[in-house]
Amino acid sequence: MPYSPLLVKPMRDELTNLGVQELLTPEDVDGFMSDSEGTKMLVFNSVCGCAAGMARPGVRLALQNGKRPDKVVSVFAGQDVEATAKARSYFPDIPPSSPSIAFFKDGELIYFMPRHRIEGRSAEDVARDLASTFDEHCS
Amino acid sequence: MERTFHHDRSELHGITVVVETTGDEVWVGRCDDEDAERVILLDADVHREGEGEVSRSEWLGKASRFGVWPNHRRVVLARRAVASLRRLGSEP
Repeated sequence: MPYSPLLVKPMRDELTNLGVQELLTPEDVDGFMSDSEGTKMLVFNSVCGCAAGMARPGVRLALQNGKRPDKVVSVFAGQDVEATAKARSYFPDIPPSSPSIAFFKDGELIYFMPRHRIEGRSAEDVARDLASTFDEHCS
Repeated sequence: MERTFHHDRSELHGITVVVETTGDEVWVGRCDDEDAERVILLDADVHREGEGEVSRSEWLGKASRFGVWPNHRRVVLARRAVASLRRLGSEP
């Protein structure tokens, strides 16, 4: 059962305040994925404090990097269930986990940070990994 | 390693771990709790030596990169059957 929208709103805001666009429906996801040019990052947001509490600040720090993706979007796992399932359907060989972060270049999945690469680490550690990917693939 | 926010649970609560058993199984899952008696994993999967075409090291390598499929919602492992417990991604 999805969490209360009131509980989740601050967790949504933490990303949307950075300019991250939320994908709320499967159609939103398809629209995002159909544009295959450039670099894109998709954040699977999550309520879980064990890991998401570091994922969102990690994204915030990473987006302060000089190079960053052309587009950054999110789906909220456990909340926007259909949109999340649609997003995961684009890489069916990767086990579902949330929070997690996918990075695409010209439509190809280049990098995936699963939940276990977030949990127990600091926001700075998460940001460092993301920024390294940005530096390598973004212009 | 920083602890998660649940300070009333074991240090590994919320952390994805590798549990090598004294038998032919190795489990990967999110540690819910662990103590002297048992290890409780959530959203776990298992590799059994000799089953399937993927070796243990290959299976663990893939798990380390992408995680595991949550084929077992909750697993309770007796501590006496646990040979080692470590965080996924900290493989020697």
